[in-house]
Amino acid sequence: MITVEHLTKHYGRVAAVDDISFEVPKGEILGFLGPNGAGKTTTMRILTGFMPPTGGVATVAGYDIFKQSLEARRHIGYLPETVPLYPEMTPRSYLHFVGKIRGMDSNLRRARISDVAEKCKIEDMLDRHIGKLSKGYRQRVGLAQALLGNPDVLILDEPTVGLDPRQIIETRQVIRDLGGEHTVILSTHILPEVSMTCERVVIINRGKVAAIDTPANLQRRMRGTDEVEVEVRGPSEAVRAALESIPDVVSVNERDNGAETCIFEVGCSVGMDVRESIARTIVQRGWGLRELRPTAVSLEEIFVQLVTAEPGT
Amino acid sequence: MIRNVLAVAEREVKSYFASPVAWVVTAFFIAIWGFLFAAILSGSREANIRPLLSNFSVTFLFLAPLLTMRLIAEEARSGTLEVLLTQPLREVELVLGKYLGSVAFLVFMLVMSLYFPTILLIFGNPDKGPLYGGYLGVLLQGMSFLAIGLLASSLTQNQIISVAVTFVALLLFWLSDAFSRLLSGPVAQVAQYVSITKRFEDMPQGVIDTKDLVFFLTVIIGCLFITTQIVAARRWR
Ligand SMILES: Nc1ncnc2c1ncn2[C@@H]1O[C@H](COP(=O)(O)OP(=O)(O)OP(=O)(O)O)[C@@H](O)[C@H]1O
Ligand SMILES: [Mg+2]
Repeated sequence: MITVEHLTKHYGRVAAVDDISFEVPKGEILGFLGPNGAGKTTTMRILTGFMPPTGGVATVAGYDIFKQSLEARRHIGYLPETVPLYPEMTPRSYLHFVGKIRGMDSNLRRARISDVAEKCKIEDMLDRHIGKLSKGYRQRVGLAQALLGNPDVLILDEPTVGLDPRQIIETRQVIRDLGGEHTVILSTHILPEVSMTCERVVIINRGKVAAIDTPANLQRRMRGTDEVEVEVRGPSEAVRAALESIPDVVSVNERDNGAETCIFEVGCSVGMDVRESIARTIVQRGWGLRELRPTAVSLEEIFVQLVTAEPGT
Repeated sequence: MIRNVLAVAEREVKSYFASPVAWVVTAFFIAIWGFLFAAILSGSREANIRPLLSNFSVTFLFLAPLLTMRLIAEEARSGTLEVLLTQPLREVELVLGKYLGSVAFLVFMLVMSLYFPTILLIFGNPDKGPLYGGYLGVLLQGMSFLAIGLLASSLTQNQIISVAVTFVALLLFWLSDAFSRLLSGPVAQVAQYVSITKRFEDMPQGVIDTKDLVFFLTVIIGCLFITTQIVAARRWR
C-alpha cells in the first residue's frame, strides 16, 4: 500500500531524512518511533504530498506521491502534528468543508460526520467554536478530519498527544480497529503505545532507519539472546557452575535477593528454549527450583539502545 | 474543480463574517463614504456620482490590504495550509477560492454603498451611464487591488507584513501617474501605462474602454497566476 525507497530530504544542509526505505502492506498498522528531530514528521509530510523529497520515491495506493500527487492524496487522511484548525469554525462546519473538498455530497457528508464524531467522541462538541475547545478535543477533531473521507491510508503524527489517559486508550482502540481495512502509519515517542497498537515498528534516528521489525522480534533481536530468570534454593557457586555448563546458555548473572534463595538471569542463544534443561539440571542435583520464567526486554530498552548506538555498530 | 473553488470561497466568506474585524472595517468605510458623500454633495449641490466614486477608489488603497492580509498568510502561520495542501485540492483551486471569497466580500461592501447612489436617484436625476460605468470601474479596480493583496499575502506568514507590502504596492500603482510626469522616455510610458488612477478616470464618465478592461484583467490574472506559483513553491522549502 505504501512503498518508500531511498527517501531523502535536506533542509538546506541539514539532512532531516537520510535514505529511508520501507514498505507497508495493506491493512497494516506501522509505528514510527524516534526521538525528537529524528525525521518522523518530515517523512510523513513527504508521504502526504505536503513537500517533495530531495531524493527517492514514495508511492501510496499505487500512485507516485510526487508525480500523481492529487490521486495519491485522495487516498490519504492526514493528522498533522500541530493539529491545525480554524478557530472561528465549528467542528461540524469544518468537517463539512473538508468533506466538500474531498468531493463528498451532502448526504454522504452528514452520514460520515456523525460516524466519525461518534468514533472520536466529539458529538457534544460539534457545534461549539473550535477556538474554545480544549487541546484534547481539538486533537480529536483533527483525528475526525483525517478519518472523514474513509481513506485507504491514514497518516497520524502523534495522534495521542494531549489526550487524557482514558481517551488515549480509546484512541488506540480506534486506531487498532482501523487496521485490516485501512493502512495506518502513526508516529509516537511513547514506547508502550507502539507495542500496543502497531504490528510493525520503524525506529528512526537522525533521519536513518535504525530498525524495522515487529515489536516482539525487536525485543528478541536486541540482545541477540533470550533471557530466563531462575530462582533456586541452593549453594549459589555450585548452581552457577551447573547453569553455565548447560549447552546454549550464553551468560549467567546472579542477582542477590538477600534470602536463602538466589536469582539468576540466564541468557541463551536466540530461539533456543533452555527452560527444560535448566529445570532438569536443578532438580537432578537436588536443589529447590522456586521459579523459572522467560523475561522479555522492554521496547523502552531497545529504543534507548538503538538510538544511543554509535554509528557503525 | 469549480466545486473545490466554491468550497474554499464559501469558507472564506463565512470566516470574514465571523470576524469582528470585517464588521468594523465595513462600518468604518461606510462611515467614511457617508462623510465623503455628504461633503461632496453639499459642496457641489448636484446629483453627480462621479466625484464620489473616484473618492471610493482612494479608500480602496486602505481597504484592500485589510481584506487580503489574512488570506494565505494566516493559513501558513496557523498550519492549516498543511491540511489544505494534503487534500485532493489543486493550488490553483485554493488561490481562486481565496480570491473569490475576498471579491465576494468586496461586492458585499459595494452593495452596502449603493445606499448613496440610491439617495441620488430618489432625490435627483443623475446620469445612469456614469453610475454603471463608475461602479464597474470601482469593482474592477477593487478586484485588481485584491489580487495584488492576495499575492502579497502568499509571500509571508505575517499579516502585518502582508498589509505593508500590499499597501506599498498599491501606493506605487496609485502614484505612478504622478511619477510619470517626473520621468521621461520609456519609463514614463510604463508608469503611465500601469497607473490605475489614469485608467479609472474615464470609467465614471460611462466609457468603458476595452483597453482598460484588458489592463485590469491582466493585473488580476497575472497576480493570481503568480500567487499559485508561490503557493506551489512553498512546498519546496
Ligand atoms: N521547516 C524546516 N526547516 C528546517 N529544518 C527543519 C524543518 N523542519 C524540520 N527540520 C529539521 O529536520 C529534522 C527532523 O525534524 P522532524 O520534525 O521530522 O522530527 P520529528 O521526528 O518529527 O521530531 P519530533 O519528535 O520532535 O516531532 C530536525 O533536525 C529539524 O530541526
Ligand atoms: Mg514530529
